[in-house]
Amino acid sequence: MTSLFAKFDGTASALGALVQAGGRNPFAVVIEKPLSSTVGIIEGRETLLFGTNNYLGLSQSERAIKAAQDAVAKYGVGTTGSRIANGTQSLHRQLEKRIADYFNRRDAMVFSTGYQANLGMISTLVGKDDYLILDADSHASIYDGSRLSPAQVIRFRHNDADDLYKRLKRLDGTPGAKLVVVEGIYSMTGNVAPVAEMAAIKRETGSYLLVDEAHSFGVMGEKGLGVAEAAGVEADVDFVVGTFSKSLGTVGGYCVSDHPELEFVRLNCRPYMFTASLPPEVIAATMAALEDMQAHPELRTQLMDNAARLHAGFHKIGLNASRQVSPVIAVTLEEMGQAIVMWNRLLELGVYVNLSVPPATPDHRPLLRCSVMATHTAAQIDQAIEIFRQAGLDAGVLSTATA
Amino acid sequence: MSETVESVSALIIQKLLENPKVPRDIDGNCKIMEDLAFDSLAVMNFVMEVEDTLDVSVPLDKLADIRTINDLAACIVALKNKG
Repeated sequence: MTSLFAKFDGTASALGALVQAGGRNPFAVVIEKPLSSTVGIIEGRETLLFGTNNYLGLSQSERAIKAAQDAVAKYGVGTTGSRIANGTQSLHRQLEKRIADYFNRRDAMVFSTGYQANLGMISTLVGKDDYLILDADSHASIYDGSRLSPAQVIRFRHNDADDLYKRLKRLDGTPGAKLVVVEGIYSMTGNVAPVAEMAAIKRETGSYLLVDEAHSFGVMGEKGLGVAEAAGVEADVDFVVGTFSKSLGTVGGYCVSDHPELEFVRLNCRPYMFTASLPPEVIAATMAALEDMQAHPELRTQLMDNAARLHAGFHKIGLNASRQVSPVIAVTLEEMGQAIVMWNRLLELGVYVNLSVPPATPDHRPLLRCSVMATHTAAQIDQAIEIFRQAGLDAGVLSTATA
Repeated sequence: MSETVESVSALIIQKLLENPKVPRDIDGNCKIMEDLAFDSLAVMNFVMEVEDTLDVSVPLDKLADIRTINDLAACIVALKNKG
């Protein structure tokens, strides 16, 4: 009899090797207790958090905590239903209105997770004769959305506007709508999309443009609306998808658009319809976090200053860190052995970052992925750089001559 | 538009052999993932290179049905003839 689980043999041996080489399972880290947005207890030790995507530190927002407490006392802990049945309360529509207003868009759809927002929008917008044109380094939620859709799916080279143009031109004369999907900031590498160039291509070729601002909302642009705002091309973006689980510190996803047909997307979008809606306390906390973000634009300045500090520090000690300064800073290593040793040393010395391994990374190299927060202090960042230096030496990534 | 399955298959093999990790004795019947130890990402990236050489786009949903080098060649020839 064929074992149902034989397909996991590869995972089992790869994980076994990871654990054996480093002493712990990097995918089973437990944050025993968050002490603040920047420090948590891991393995009984106070650990600096540099891998939580909590860019503005709002997971610990007092305003959001209070709003969640009030909502839970008033409305209970859950909605027990779908958005298109019993799962829409006044709070859900209020949040949709606030998000749409903040983006200055006609309407918003709120999903239960960011993953579902991409899955839902991408799978629903394109039909059988349509084309989805995806950046090669797209997030899993975008690829999964493409698999759920009946459309023809074409990849273009990561962040390469010329390549996108070439592939769209190849489709000249073919029937069907074309939807281009890019991310504002790429979650693994911190690369920022050249969205102005992509918007120009979208206009020239008559395609539609969806930008996933999951990692750039709250981070880029004067109001924190993301790369499209920063590049001044918001009007060219047909759909903005995002998440509440990064800058706003809660959970949930959304899509905003000026297209009035969003109303009909709601009734065709399976990941929106066939799941329970967000509980009231999450909706209330998200609205409060959005108020915090609006009231404190200095958080974005602080975040970018912190990102620049960590970025400069990494380059100074000789690490192969991302070229662009963004709140996601990835240190690329050449081989898995080094990455495992270095990641484990970082944790032992008191810094938590994400270990990202192929095939979740571009070009088959492992990454130590860091995310910076507005709430990190300069001292915490300097301490993290020092720990990276030590761990880099211990893992043989850095040599004493350069670091 | 003179490509045939044989000529495209030969071109794919030539491109694959530029990668030193690929076994030297491959032919059109080799299974791309199993015999060449390519993961799904490596397959997608390799197909992108072939696409540019032949000025054709292979939709990802078509890749699901492709197992051998000849399958890929036949798919590309069909796409080119359609265009």
